[in-house]
Amino acid sequence: MPTTYSDLMVDVRKRTTQLPLEELKQRLDQGDKFHLLDVREKDEVRAGCIPGAISIPRGFLEIQVEQRLPDKNAPIVVYCAGGIRSALAAATLADLGYTCVETANPGFVRWKELGFPIETPPNLTQAQRERYSRHLLLPEVGEAGQAMLLKSRVLLLGAGGLGSPASLYLAAAGVGTLGIVDADTVDTSNLQRQILHTTSRVGMPKVVSAAKTLKDLNPDVHVIEYPERLTSKNADRLFGDYDVVVDGTDNFPTRYLVNDASVFLGKPVVHGSIFRFDGQVTTFVPEKAAAKMGIAAGPCYRCLYPEPPPPHLAPSCQEAGVLGILCGIVGTLQATEAIKLLLKKGNSLVGRLITYDSLNMKFRELRLRRDPSCPACGVHPTLTGYIDYEGFCAAG
Amino acid sequence: MSILVRIPTPLRSLTGGADEVFASGSTVAEIVDDLETKHPGLRERLLDAKGVRRFINLYVGEEDIRFLDGLRTAVKDGDQISIVPAVAGGA
Repeated sequence: MPTTYSDLMVDVRKRTTQLPLEELKQRLDQGDKFHLLDVREKDEVRAGCIPGAISIPRGFLEIQVEQRLPDKNAPIVVYCAGGIRSALAAATLADLGYTCVETANPGFVRWKELGFPIETPPNLTQAQRERYSRHLLLPEVGEAGQAMLLKSRVLLLGAGGLGSPASLYLAAAGVGTLGIVDADTVDTSNLQRQILHTTSRVGMPKVVSAAKTLKDLNPDVHVIEYPERLTSKNADRLFGDYDVVVDGTDNFPTRYLVNDASVFLGKPVVHGSIFRFDGQVTTFVPEKAAAKMGIAAGPCYRCLYPEPPPPHLAPSCQEAGVLGILCGIVGTLQATEAIKLLLKKGNSLVGRLITYDSLNMKFRELRLRRDPSCPACGVHPTLTGYIDYEGFCAAG
Repeated sequence: MSILVRIPTPLRSLTGGADEVFASGSTVAEIVDDLETKHPGLRERLLDAKGVRRFINLYVGEEDIRFLDGLRTAVKDGDQISIVPAVAGGA
């Protein structure tokens, strides 16, 4: 047993394999598959790290490593600033049963001097680290993911039943810019489900009320108010600047407009719709959007429903009634999908329609396929411009 | 053959409020015929002269019949049919 620090380091050096920095760089350049583990403290990592590194400060190593790196036979290269902490960490990993661990020699300080590539992780403020601490603890989000959210832009169509819960959670999550499109004013009959608004704001434009609520919830969020209705004239302008569109509109003409704009402009749309006790949710990522996002394209709304129902067969929204809470379920599912798209994590609802029956508390999943004869995104699309359908329940 | 058919909310006025009904037939077309016998008016809501209406989808299990054999899609005991209409509400 080592009795002093020197003895300990001699022992550790004997038990660990050193990897020269030049060789580490070569492996990274070749695209070799291995985990690069940075065991420095968080503030050191924030000042710069080797691209692609996973950060677990040495003090948390034993606690977190099995969760972050579950395969004990996977090759791992550990580094720190000068090679001491990484050697100790490598010895700890060996004690935990990791079989293929090397320690970079010497470490990040020399790596930087050699002019090898480094990246500076996004710099969140102390207040942001506190606000988003539960996100930062998730490896799927972390500081990099949170910074992505803060830079992201989501357009919410409607500040009503679906837009309310969706925008509240997106604002809470720190999505940096939320555009809100709604031409209506707050009405008492909205308050049973539209939780962005309050009794004292009856008569206020919904976008103004929404901005108040969201900014109060999270001052990081920049809310852009569009007190207008989505039309064929303004669709290009409204969609243009956004990464993801959350569709919480309340009528068929707008739903088709949303779809066609999403296909033409290449914007992913998270679709939610509600009727009485039932909800539908899916995510549409048409080809142009998929190409930009580096994911597989899926069907569009017209693949699913090529044309809107004629007015006499379309149930009127106001007459039909809706369980207020249903909006919460469907809207938060939409927010979840939007966050996953922004973070590029998980499996989205592309190609799947979730139907939710709140009376029987049943979620079902149906497969959606691209329709080769789709007028918007098929092999020979016939749709070349926006269509203004008329005559549906326009008022929300 | 008895097949369970899920009736969406907007069409339940035709099934006496029932959200699930049973119908017999060996294809989706036969099921729709049987539904019409038991719940007159339902066929007109599902089909037009060209086939299934373009704002309604019929699923056998998880699969849309447009990507199977359409109304000729065969069904067997234990299959479930879902009628899923376009719904636009959001406010």
